[in-house]
Amino acid sequence: MNAFVDPLGASPARLEARDKLSGSARYLDDLSRPGMLHAAIAQSPHAHARILSCDVSQAAALPGVIAIVTGADIPARRVGGMVKDETMLAVGKVRYMGEPVAAVAARDAETARLAAQLIAVEYEVLPHVLDPEAALAPGAPILHEDQAQYVRTMEGGGSGNLVWQAVLAEGDAEAAFAACDVVVEGIYETPAQYHGYMEPNGVLAEPEANGRVLVIASCQSVHHVQQRVADELGIPMSQVRAQVPKVGGGFGGKHASNIHSICAWLARATGRPVKLALSRTLDMEIQRSRHPARIRLRTGAKRDGTIVARHAEILLDGGAYADESPNVMTFAMLMVRGPYRIPHVRIEGRVAYTNKLRAGSFRGFGNPQASFAGESQIDELAAKLGMDPVELRLKNAVQQGDRWIGGHTLTTCRLSDCLAAVRDAQAAAPKLPAPRHGRRRGIGFASLTHISGLMGTAASVHMRADGTIALNTGCVDIGQGSDTVMTQICASLLQVPIGQVAYAAQDSDLSPYNWKTAGSRSTYMTGRAVVGATEQVREKILDHAAEMMECAKADLELRPGGRVGIAGVPGREVGFREVAMRSLFKSGGPIMGFHGLVYDGERFDPKRALMQRLAFDNLGVYTFGAQCVEAELDEVTGKVEVLRMFSAHDVGRAINPVSCEGQIQGGIVQGLGYALTEELVWDDDGRLANPSFADYKLPGIKDVPRQIVPILFEEPEPTHPVGAKGVGEISMVGTAPAIANAVAQAGGPRLRRIPMTPERVLDALEP
Amino acid sequence: MLDRIALTLSVNGEPREIRVAPMTTLLEALRTELALTGAKRGCNQGVCGACTVLLDGRPVRGCLTLAVAVGEREVTTVEGLAPPGQLGRVQEALEQVGAVQCGFCTPGIVLALEGLLRETPHPDEDALREALSGNLCRCSGYVKILEGARRAVEAAS
Repeated sequence: MNAFVDPLGASPARLEARDKLSGSARYLDDLSRPGMLHAAIAQSPHAHARILSCDVSQAAALPGVIAIVTGADIPARRVGGMVKDETMLAVGKVRYMGEPVAAVAARDAETARLAAQLIAVEYEVLPHVLDPEAALAPGAPILHEDQAQYVRTMEGGGSGNLVWQAVLAEGDAEAAFAACDVVVEGIYETPAQYHGYMEPNGVLAEPEANGRVLVIASCQSVHHVQQRVADELGIPMSQVRAQVPKVGGGFGGKHASNIHSICAWLARATGRPVKLALSRTLDMEIQRSRHPARIRLRTGAKRDGTIVARHAEILLDGGAYADESPNVMTFAMLMVRGPYRIPHVRIEGRVAYTNKLRAGSFRGFGNPQASFAGESQIDELAAKLGMDPVELRLKNAVQQGDRWIGGHTLTTCRLSDCLAAVRDAQAAAPKLPAPRHGRRRGIGFASLTHISGLMGTAASVHMRADGTIALNTGCVDIGQGSDTVMTQICASLLQVPIGQVAYAAQDSDLSPYNWKTAGSRSTYMTGRAVVGATEQVREKILDHAAEMMECAKADLELRPGGRVGIAGVPGREVGFREVAMRSLFKSGGPIMGFHGLVYDGERFDPKRALMQRLAFDNLGVYTFGAQCVEAELDEVTGKVEVLRMFSAHDVGRAINPVSCEGQIQGGIVQGLGYALTEELVWDDDGRLANPSFADYKLPGIKDVPRQIVPILFEEPEPTHPVGAKGVGEISMVGTAPAIANAVAQAGGPRLRRIPMTPERVLDALEP
Repeated sequence: MLDRIALTLSVNGEPREIRVAPMTTLLEALRTELALTGAKRGCNQGVCGACTVLLDGRPVRGCLTLAVAVGEREVTTVEGLAPPGQLGRVQEALEQVGAVQCGFCTPGIVLALEGLLRETPHPDEDALREALSGNLCRCSGYVKILEGARRAVEAAS
């Protein structure tokens, strides 16, 4: 008999790896249907304009065109997250260049694109505004004249181009600053970053029986897509079914998309399947970006390095629609204090509408912006105090049991260990060869914090007739490895090989509810649901076995490989198959377990902090880490090159250590692009100037350091039954400040704006 | 609509007859005419490498190669590297080290490495990085892909 290996912590190969390696895995654009039509989008050529008329006659006359939809045809239902301000096609006005104004379904993609170009829209061009500060100034062109009438889930203080504003404060920052020995202040600017998932967004919608519509989308939650499409089409959710094929990356960029509803509308209108797989350019022009941010930050300390006060003013550029802006802003506010015991803090956050692509959720969710400002400034403070930057961090670091700003308790916190680990790992590593002439080398550090949690999720577990297991959750694997992790958890609790657990693809008709793949929550939240459902199945198996073996349930134990025996009595056992057959045909009914939960941890404590208009009040458990970067600055070219990185993470228990490492390494490199090369740029007319991979520079293999060393600290998280926390986003947040700190430590300039392009570095180097 | 042209392509060792418009790329022909969807359309302008296939054993961009220009050359796609249910040496190595995440770049990475190993059986680290310099990956940071590449080299020697 083969020895049973507990799959928990064992890093088995991804369930779907062989399909992906052999080319048989199916992504959205690999799907086709008989009689399928292809959709194309007509886009606004103006950043801000009133739609006067729309003539589709020429387009409709083109042979092969089957249906056209414009803003005039759709129910004028505004949808969105906290602020319902967006329609699936522009109605009355366009608010960014490239915004979808109409869509065509035709027999082939080329005809659809040609027809979209023949749609004649007459515009009255309006003045536009691209900068968030200008948008909030008196006399700025207003994007949403009807903002006061929009439905919102709570009052956010928005008016004019102000989407939302909030305040978070503890202690008395102003008074505390007056008593500080050292104060540092700066403005930190971060760009619009594009998610850059390798697979662009796409959707295939088709009519189903009984008047329903099936929406197959490359997405991060079938339940979210179902809800959004129903909302936009003005039909009950029972009329919409959503499914997901394999997803080629998401990073927060594959939540709601207008194209889901557009194709659902066209499929219903034509009675035929309609597909739209976005081109890279279209994806960049109409989906979403990371929020550009301008953060004014001030930090004060005593001469011994005790940090006393911090004040932040965060201004986010939300683009033309609110999307998740209030939530991103709130999270940036919660993260900008940083993982330090600072008693006096005041944080003000604002988001403005501008005539650009909407900004929304993206791995880190406001935290990369906040961490760039906060972690850069810690080093500036250390320099002014004459202290070692790691010592300054360690002196002020939060510890297990401390409260975060707002009052959440830190259930586990290995921040100090992570800081020491990356410092020691770098010190112990073989020295790199000396820098070439004209290059300066520096070492930079950053502390990392994020959360893992949020919202509702569920899982169901069924036993099949042969004793194998069916596991069902709503958690979509967008590449991070959750299919394998969920399967590992279930298999481990039942002590069966992972091959005996079938993990179902997500389908809104069948999958238990899950909010989204977001918030570093899959392992932490859906993992808990899987444990709950699997434990119910285990109990039922034991109940049956006790009756079958005529013994007390308490005397029974699960044995590896799908068997139950009497503890301490070798040999006497029943198999899962016998248990399953008994349940199906004789007694008790099919064995199944179901467990659902919502994140219901601590709320903010209103007696502790001033909190006005924060978009949520509980989050999840806090996660910590630290990063160390060795980088070189070329004084002639201005190029910054990262040579080596060390990244330590407090992951709770690692269910799949190899996948944890993959998340950490991938997040670091996404952060490297954010730090050095990635920026969406708009020209003065509001045209996105670089919507292609040729002009928007993602890191390639030659841009990444030869060594990226992940270090995992496995301290079981007490609120998770198998001790796990999420690691999906935290890896991304510290790379940019760590590199900026390395550049400054090398004797280079203090760079407060990313990406740190050679031009910007050279400008900063000039005397 | 321009007239379609009849072509015979040799794909994964089999002659395949198709009719395509003159501007049809090899990527489109493979995906839509031959239902070989392993090669992916990531950018359609030759930057991301997700469409990489082999022409006479050398990696090319499927999205920058016209189907009509392939001629007699042998086309190898990821589907043609091993019999169904089996993996080739590069695929095997990438699976073992956990280099597959979202998987969208994976077929292109596999073929870029396969092309390298056919020409240079014992590449050094720089040669591996050079061979993969035309393939973007957003999930992995390339660390485990390189690890897999090294393992494939070792397995071959």
